[in-house]
Amino acid sequence: MKNYEVTFIVDPVLSGDEIEATAQTYVNYLDKVGCHIVHVDKMGLRTLAYEIKRRSSGVYFCIEFQSPNGEFMDDFELALRRDERLLRFLTIALDKFGVKYNDDKRNGLIGKKKRAGAETKEEAPAPVAAAPAPVEAAAPVVTAEEFAAAAPAVVEEEVVEPVVEVAAEAVEEAAEAATESEEQA
Amino acid sequence: MATSRDDIKFLSNPKIGQNRKKYCRFRKFGIKHIDYKDADFLLQFVNDQGKLLPRRITGNSLKFQRKISTAVKRARHLALLPFVTDMLK
Repeated sequence: MKNYEVTFIVDPVLSGDEIEATAQTYVNYLDKVGCHIVHVDKMGLRTLAYEIKRRSSGVYFCIEFQSPNGEFMDDFELALRRDERLLRFLTIALDKFGVKYNDDKRNGLIGKKKRAGAETKEEAPAPVAAAPAPVEAAAPVVTAEEFAAAAPAVVEEEVVEPVVEVAAEAVEEAAEAATESEEQA
Repeated sequence: MATSRDDIKFLSNPKIGQNRKKYCRFRKFGIKHIDYKDADFLLQFVNDQGKLLPRRITGNSLKFQRKISTAVKRARHLALLPFVTDMLK
């Protein structure tokens, strides 16, 4: 099975029903030849980048289909070429990446990436708005720490001195013990 | 002294002279297929006259430059992009 894609521009002067009918004839044609229609994309009325047959706009259709072989293609393109209702057409064979791309596009994966980015951008301001609260909460903590840091400084000085005294006593005791041991010796 | 003033340390933007490393965006972001129907995307690879930009400027790898080239030509055939124009962007 090979994958193909045909895009054609229908004359916008035709009525809406006729435009739909034009697209439908080719869908039916492909069905009749034994192709599997994957998707029919109505791209809608667009302005042409340059005039074709004195028309400045056209209705775009894109049909993606699978076919077991390409034998029908000559007749199909001949029919497209002979059709007065069409301004322009293009048939291409899709590779596996093209098939995957079209699949993703239909499932909204390709357009969705941008939306996902937009959502994250929308969500981003919320944490920013929430951020000031922790800062405010953190500020009292800092002041408390400063108080705590300031207060123990005084306390520690008081505590340290006894420790030094105790140490001095211990040294004196050790010295006395040493002298006693020397005397015993 | 003027030399000690912080606000006039950089008279010109120091980053202006540095040229950024070019890269192929298709390789970097893993884009495998280029859609010829997406004219807005293809506009990035043509200049104001609708001519294809060279790899020298876009930084594309050869493989994807070829794909861009075919996609732009298909888009021109379907009147999604102009063959010749002025003030495209």
